[in-house]
Amino acid sequence: MEAKKREVLEQVKKVDDPELPNVSVYDLGMVHEVQVEESRAHVTMIPTFAGCPALDFIKKNVETAVRELSWITGCEVTFSFNEIWSTDSVTEEGRRQLKKHGVAPPPDEYTPGEEWQVDCPYCGSAYVSMENVFGPTACRSILYCRSCRNPFEAMKPVIRDKTLAR
Amino acid sequence: MTSIDTVEALLENNEALQAAKTFLFQLADDDYITSFRGSEWLGLAPHIEEDVAFSSITQNTMGHAVLVYQTLEALGEAEADKLAHARPAGERLSSVYLEKPNGPGTYLDEPHYDWALAVIRLYLYETWKKIRLQTAARGSIRPVAAAAEKILMEQPYHLAHWKMWAVQLLDSTPEAKERLEERIAEAWREAGDMISFGGHGQTFLENGVTADSEEALQLRWLEEVRSVLPAPAELPLKEAGDGRRKEHGSDLDQALKTCSEVFTSDREAVW
Repeated sequence: MEAKKREVLEQVKKVDDPELPNVSVYDLGMVHEVQVEESRAHVTMIPTFAGCPALDFIKKNVETAVRELSWITGCEVTFSFNEIWSTDSVTEEGRRQLKKHGVAPPPDEYTPGEEWQVDCPYCGSAYVSMENVFGPTACRSILYCRSCRNPFEAMKPVIRDKTLAR
Repeated sequence: MTSIDTVEALLENNEALQAAKTFLFQLADDDYITSFRGSEWLGLAPHIEEDVAFSSITQNTMGHAVLVYQTLEALGEAEADKLAHARPAGERLSSVYLEKPNGPGTYLDEPHYDWALAVIRLYLYETWKKIRLQTAARGSIRPVAAAAEKILMEQPYHLAHWKMWAVQLLDSTPEAKERLEERIAEAWREAGDMISFGGHGQTFLENGVTADSEEALQLRWLEEVRSVLPAPAELPLKEAGDGRRKEHGSDLDQALKTCSEVFTSDREAVW
């Protein structure tokens, strides 16, 4: 069964974010759990932002990839809101690929109201400015590098509510 | 109070289930209408970067409505699309203050929308949304708390945006200040239903849907908005109606007709 799970996971890892070719949903930290029962797979995923219109595409692409396995007769993909996506969920490979697309990975620690600490994904400079907290997708912001004079994007850090103990 | 950890457990406790559903419908219906009124501003915001920001917030807010309608679907209600588009105005629990049009005209024809209304209304709403999500996240019904927690991680960006507009405009020209003050006075006549649970506050509290009393939450809201806006010390009135008690005017009918137009054109279509 473990071997089957690994096979399913390898297929899931091939699925890229629809908005970011070559950045896999796995490396973005969106894959929570893979379960296999006989010839059926169940993949639980975690959305980055709830308002993301790409979720349906991701779901369909993951199902299609898993169904490519000859022994699979069914695959169910669900998004869970019980698990919380966080900045730590992005893998090292995910961070590397994001930078290649001109997207800075989200900062590790972020306190609402404070300045962001993200470096330019092109030249690595910290001399950057926020142009718009809101970007082309819910999970991204628009910034400008004052060193290499490139506009770039950054993934928004998620915010943990201070009134919640968890 | 014993906590309810799963959807299955909630389905077996009818009183808690009904309380949870009412709370979720209030939340989802508010986000749905807020998102629709926001979408009418597309292309009309004061400048291009604001258009990007406002449309991103609006899209994400509709995502929050979807998340909550999906939670309701899991609790035995109709599928999310139908909850969003196929329920008549008389079944909706959204606040009438949030249903108010953006201004004279339509987005297609002579849209004389008022930015002061957008700024004041969205700042007041996002502050209430935060407070109501926080109390649900600390409540004892896990399926409700999980949805609230997820939304709370994204919503601070929305609130910060409208707070920034309110603070900066209040500190700019006399005209800006005057127009904001007019909209504040209007909100204090009409926004009373927005910050209300429509008579269900005690039921929410007793069943653990919320962790605080309605009165405490309203006072928290009042204190927070008064730290930013020159607003009265009393809670707003409900002169335009009470959406939480399903009292709506024709504004909601117009909004639903437009927003549901595509869905209604072919209800069997697969998207």
